[in-house]
Amino acid sequence: MPAPGHGLSSCRHAAEVTILYLKLIHYSFRRHATYVGAGLAGAFTNSVFGVLRAYILIALWQARPGLGGYDVTAAVTFCFLTQAMIGPMQLFGGGLTLPERIRSGDIALDLVRPASLQLWCLAEDLGRAAFLLLVRSLPPTLLGAALFGITAPADVPTLAVAFLLGLLVSFAWRYLVALSVCWLADDRGVATASMLLMTFFSGLMLPLNIFPGWFGELARALPFAAMVQVPSDVYLGTADPLPAFAFQATWALVLLALGVLATRAIRHKVVIQGG
Amino acid sequence: MVRTYLLLAWTWTRAAAAYPLSFALMCVMSAVVAGLDVVVILIIFANTTSLAGFSREEVLFLYGAATLAFTVADTFCGNLDRISQHIKAGTLDTMLIRPAGPWIQVATDRFMPARLGRIVQAVAVLAYALTALDLPWQRLWMLPVMIATGLVIFAALWTLGGAAQFVLVDAPEVTNAFTYGSGQLSQYPFSVYGRDLVRGVTYVLPLAFVNWQPGLYVLGRADPFGTPEFMRFLGPVAALLLALLAAAAWRRGLRHYRSTGS
Amino acid sequence: MIELVRAGRSFKARRTTVHAVRDLTFTIEPGEFVGYLGPNGAGKSTTIKMLCGILTPTSGTVRVAGLDPSRRRTTLARRVGVVFGQRTTLWWDLPLRDSFDLIRHLYKVDRKVFAERLEELVETLDLGEFLKRPVRQLSLGQRMCGDLAAALLHAPEILVLDEPTIGLDVVSKAGIRDFLRRVNAERGTTILLTTHDLGDIERLCRRVMVIDHGRLAFDGSLEEFTAGESSLEEVVTRLYTGS
Repeated sequence: MPAPGHGLSSCRHAAEVTILYLKLIHYSFRRHATYVGAGLAGAFTNSVFGVLRAYILIALWQARPGLGGYDVTAAVTFCFLTQAMIGPMQLFGGGLTLPERIRSGDIALDLVRPASLQLWCLAEDLGRAAFLLLVRSLPPTLLGAALFGITAPADVPTLAVAFLLGLLVSFAWRYLVALSVCWLADDRGVATASMLLMTFFSGLMLPLNIFPGWFGELARALPFAAMVQVPSDVYLGTADPLPAFAFQATWALVLLALGVLATRAIRHKVVIQGG
Repeated sequence: MVRTYLLLAWTWTRAAAAYPLSFALMCVMSAVVAGLDVVVILIIFANTTSLAGFSREEVLFLYGAATLAFTVADTFCGNLDRISQHIKAGTLDTMLIRPAGPWIQVATDRFMPARLGRIVQAVAVLAYALTALDLPWQRLWMLPVMIATGLVIFAALWTLGGAAQFVLVDAPEVTNAFTYGSGQLSQYPFSVYGRDLVRGVTYVLPLAFVNWQPGLYVLGRADPFGTPEFMRFLGPVAALLLALLAAAAWRRGLRHYRSTGS
Repeated sequence: MIELVRAGRSFKARRTTVHAVRDLTFTIEPGEFVGYLGPNGAGKSTTIKMLCGILTPTSGTVRVAGLDPSRRRTTLARRVGVVFGQRTTLWWDLPLRDSFDLIRHLYKVDRKVFAERLEELVETLDLGEFLKRPVRQLSLGQRMCGDLAAALLHAPEILVLDEPTIGLDVVSKAGIRDFLRRVNAERGTTILLTTHDLGDIERLCRRVMVIDHGRLAFDGSLEEFTAGESSLEEVVTRLYTGS
């Protein structure tokens, strides 16, 4: 009877793989934890920008109360949430060690490992995000609460789901950007373009729901909205959780699938063509 | 000193121009990235006609003047915020064996002429705002004064930030809050900010003299916070004081380095 | 040319004071070629940084070419050439030629004099084909030759070399040693050289100084240094291990 035994071994295999990735998350968390100073410095900068942008939003909402379905408190809350998400969502780009490994050629070593490159990177990225959530998200949020009084999350479990889905989209996007180094001589252009899209169309600079007309509709349909705007709306309770999750999950799946294809292409390029 | 600066900056410019396509792309990119701040202002005014008592064109004028000063300062001394990297990598030591000041060498190291794209963008916004506002020419003499003042103030801020990094070697990002934060702050009329914050950036860190106080004069507006008229003209004095403070801090930072040898 | 009198340098680290260098007294006359030895962390780099004015001594006096390095750093810089083996003093992303040209301006070397010197250096160090290449693309040996040329373009009276042969292959080492010997002999440049490579000492230096735990443990001629021992390695091992 091979079937049950087979089932058992595959079950054990799955458990081992899960433990491997959990360990990777843990190691990555610890590695980033050696840079607490830099993390707190980043949190400080994010907090300062939070305060400055909050004043601008207050002025706007005083002129237009109820704009975009937010009241003044919701707008200020949104402002500090976006600053809090810069770290974990890595809105200015980067966060992955992949481009350096591609440039140094170490990527070949990563590709021969009997594990998925994409999952490996995702695990490391989750560890990074978990650490930055602690040092770079809490301070701006607390400061916002102390200075301006922000609202509490509408529902913590749904917020957690929206946040995780946002992280997936952010990772999947940055993974694609990182892999593009393989095909481009000068990757600074792509890196800058990506930063531009992630900072502007995520909702970091202004809530996307006040972007006018077709421009607003476009902005709200792009994957970047899934990183900041949607989790913030779930936090504020201004978005229905289920459609919000569906939007984020769709983009996560699409971008992760593209990542799988890109990984295959780079494997082909590195392993078969030899770099 | 100016000669040494230009010489070093020109050498880096030549090196960057060796890859014209990449150079052009970075110029355009930096202009677009900086242009996002204008798009933010335009979106705000797509939703309202007045922000804290100021019209779209007035805000664009204040933005253009401050951003012009900021981007020029960033182009010419923004690299000072990499001093902590030079300390960690030991490259500051190699600068100290040269017969030139480390300030110039750090400021010009990897001088990025592509940042010119942002200067062009700022000039364009300022030019648009000036045409749209149709300001009386008698008050326009203040414009070059305020831009020069802003330039000195931002350059002093970067120098102060660099000086602070001699101590904050492990958390240099803290200084970004002051340099880039100041740039962000001065993009909008100060009437949007709280009274205490505005007091702080008038009497402690003189950011109000970058574009707010002199800008009120050019726009012919009274200060909503009620500061007296003569404050509009104090910019150059404030800039000079801050520059002296920054020079002293830089010397002190350098002395600290040479006595700790980190 | 170089004179240290009871020079000391201590660092404060978490309540304890570390004496990187203490009571260092020595004089180097013009034209000497001195090897400066010592185990890792003995105080070699600290000494060199004090000589260049990068570090201020905490006690005693340091005079280089009659100047106090920490006060007259930029004036002294025109009279001293420095090479760090561990890192380049050239501009990493610039072509070698641009680096040299910058040095000409920074040190205010006359254009004609500069052209002659450069030509000579390029020829002796065999740099001709690398002049257009950015420094980051050079091999370690090529880069070191570039660094040496850069340190000599302003014709310094004193050349300070911190581990110039580190990581180089046998051929590059031999080339650089030969070059240094000529610089010392033909131009009369005073040279202070730190190294872990005893071959450098044996082939170049007439005088050896050994620093250990921040103090001068030996100062004398190469003959005195090796007297009564079969090889340089043995002397050094004995000194370093304190047996």
